[in-house]
Amino acid sequence: MALKGLDIFKLSPKKNCKECGSPTCMAFSMKVAQGAVSVDACPYFSEDAKAQLNEATAPPMKTVKVGAGENEMSLGGETVLFRHEKTFVSKTRYAVSLCSCMDDAEIDAKLAAIPKVDYERIGERMFVEMIYVNYDAASGKDKYLELVKKAAALGRVLILGCDDADVAKEAVELVKDTKPVLNGANASNYEAMNAVATGAGVVLGVQGKDINELYDTVAALEKLGNKNLLIDAGSNSIKDAFATAVQFRKAAIKDGDRTCGYPSIVRACCLAKGNAHLQAALASLFTMKYGSIVVLEQLGYAEALPLYGLRQNLFTDPQKPMKVEPGIYPLNGADENSICVTTVDFALTYFVVSGELERSGVPLNLIINDAGGLSVLTSWAAGKFSAGTIAKFFAEQDIEGKIKSRKLVIPGKVAVLKGELEAKLPGWEIIIAPNEAVQLVKFMKDLTA
Amino acid sequence: MPFTAKSGKFNAKINAVTIGTGDKAITIGGENVLPFYTFDEAIENAPKVGIEITDGGMEAEPECIQKCYEGCTSVVDMAKKAVTFDGVDFLSIRLEGGDPNGKNKSTEELIQLVNDVAAAVDVPLFVCGCKNVEKDAELLDKAAAALAGKNAVILAAKEENYKTIGASAGLAYKQVVGAESAVDINLAKQLNVLLTQLGVSGQSVVMNVGTASAGYGFEYVVSTMDRVKAAALSQSDATLQMPIVTPVASEVWNVKEAAASEADMPEWGNQEERGVDMEIETAAAVLAAGSNAVILRHPESVKTISTLVKELV
Repeated sequence: MALKGLDIFKLSPKKNCKECGSPTCMAFSMKVAQGAVSVDACPYFSEDAKAQLNEATAPPMKTVKVGAGENEMSLGGETVLFRHEKTFVSKTRYAVSLCSCMDDAEIDAKLAAIPKVDYERIGERMFVEMIYVNYDAASGKDKYLELVKKAAALGRVLILGCDDADVAKEAVELVKDTKPVLNGANASNYEAMNAVATGAGVVLGVQGKDINELYDTVAALEKLGNKNLLIDAGSNSIKDAFATAVQFRKAAIKDGDRTCGYPSIVRACCLAKGNAHLQAALASLFTMKYGSIVVLEQLGYAEALPLYGLRQNLFTDPQKPMKVEPGIYPLNGADENSICVTTVDFALTYFVVSGELERSGVPLNLIINDAGGLSVLTSWAAGKFSAGTIAKFFAEQDIEGKIKSRKLVIPGKVAVLKGELEAKLPGWEIIIAPNEAVQLVKFMKDLTA
Repeated sequence: MPFTAKSGKFNAKINAVTIGTGDKAITIGGENVLPFYTFDEAIENAPKVGIEITDGGMEAEPECIQKCYEGCTSVVDMAKKAVTFDGVDFLSIRLEGGDPNGKNKSTEELIQLVNDVAAAVDVPLFVCGCKNVEKDAELLDKAAAALAGKNAVILAAKEENYKTIGASAGLAYKQVVGAESAVDINLAKQLNVLLTQLGVSGQSVVMNVGTASAGYGFEYVVSTMDRVKAAALSQSDATLQMPIVTPVASEVWNVKEAAASEADMPEWGNQEERGVDMEIETAAAVLAAGSNAVILRHPESVKTISTLVKELV
């Protein structure tokens, strides 16, 4: 919530000493309100007043950090409800769950499956970033601690799901340097859990039997001075979990209720009750609506491919186009003698065009130009996709040295480049493709028939 | 102190549009809250799930879907079987064989098929064209006539052919007109305005504001739907209060993640699972963004999404 200059002035020392560089305290307060200077520039602002001010100017949702070293990641910190208003800043993270109630064979199989999904999509590494380790009281403490150690060996961020503060303390102690999350504070144990979490400096997940109890427990933890929290959307029902995730986010962003302003964790694995397809649907739903961490029973390629694609789409800056790396992409088993097809590096263009080209089954070299990540017509209009830039790109990449074919297919929308390209790329036969990508399958088949 | 949420219900609401006739008729829209925000106000008409078959019959289906229709020898057989799957609220028949750049089937042949399918099932019907605007104008005009009295959805009138399809489906035969635009709130609004200026009642229009598979420029779909719902509900824009229908099936089964065989991509594993999850995850996302109905292809996807909707509403 933005604070007005006058509100800040009321907190200021009102000495007009000019030591901060401003002529009066009033002027200084106005600058602070605009964000032009930090309140720290004033040597006389009392610590109390500073704390009040920081509280009032803090973002509506906390950013919490989990993981250590290269695994460190931020959760939360969102400022809007819809991505067209402003970029969503912290992407949803996915965790696979383990439980000390499982037998060794099941645990080993799950641990072995986790690293299998690991691939790159438009410059982003897609993999299982977190592991949720659930404590089953009936199986005992020792088995749980063993499981925590085993899971930690995979080098992912751990979420320790444990509501027994004594067990939690030992578990956190084992892995506290990796900055795990401790999930399991509730109305009856929050004081003890708070001591464990703050003692080890880890984020604490808060649970409640309903939204009111959850809210009260968060408020009680805040009173104890802990603001390093996560909201667990609960496992009562899909409807309740969705309501909690959405209502907390809305209350934080729209109504400025700080007690709601924390990232969330959604245990889809509990909500889906063993239905793997329903779990996939929930993963997608909670990626759309406000899950900061989504915990799944398993995450193989079938679930991951659409999910990570969805996440990558949602968490992009609406003002910045997604780009693919320029270069030569051989498709359908192409070699140096295969025909060349060229287009721009706008990710959407690349995906649509390469998808259709793959469906044609025709071996070809797809040459992606550096066109600033713009679409065909936009980059052409901006002068970033012209006969000159294509010829320059061909020279830089030494296309003629790498590929023997001298046939080049260009997008139908820039058919006008044909003449100029023939002049700039002597020896090449320039072929004009159709206007729409869907027509490429038939076109490529006919062309090489 | 308990949690007190401010209600997010709006004064305006999405139009409620009834499709089909008799006991099996469905109604979509009618809500005055954002998608699945039942904590703000109860949602009377849950989003609906349809299953799609095409004039291509068994041959046009991926192998994993063919096996769900085992024993069917004709499109009509498939239609009869399709409506028995769990969670199916309506049937969509896509006449993709009409495309002049594809099989170029004659309008007569396809309309005969529409008639046969309509006679074989009693659930609400959606008829989808072949995406070629000239052919669709002819095809969907005839389809609207053939289905007179069925209160079917004709998908879709586009900017290029809305006059023919709007006049036929909307005015002459009183069907529900599907208005299709390409992932842009202004284009969606413009087409709705054009259709209403033609005389079609805004109460019998549903929109397809465009779709994509998850991962393929899906952010545009989400933002378009978010903004359409915001305009319809918070600004009471009557030209955007039509319910949204999203044909997910015709997008997702073509992308690499669903179409690549296990032999080509061994590390990706079972192809059927990939296709089903792509369909489910895309459908869940468009529903969360504001679709009032989705059209899917795999019976397992239909069942799952139907379960999800029941859990949420």
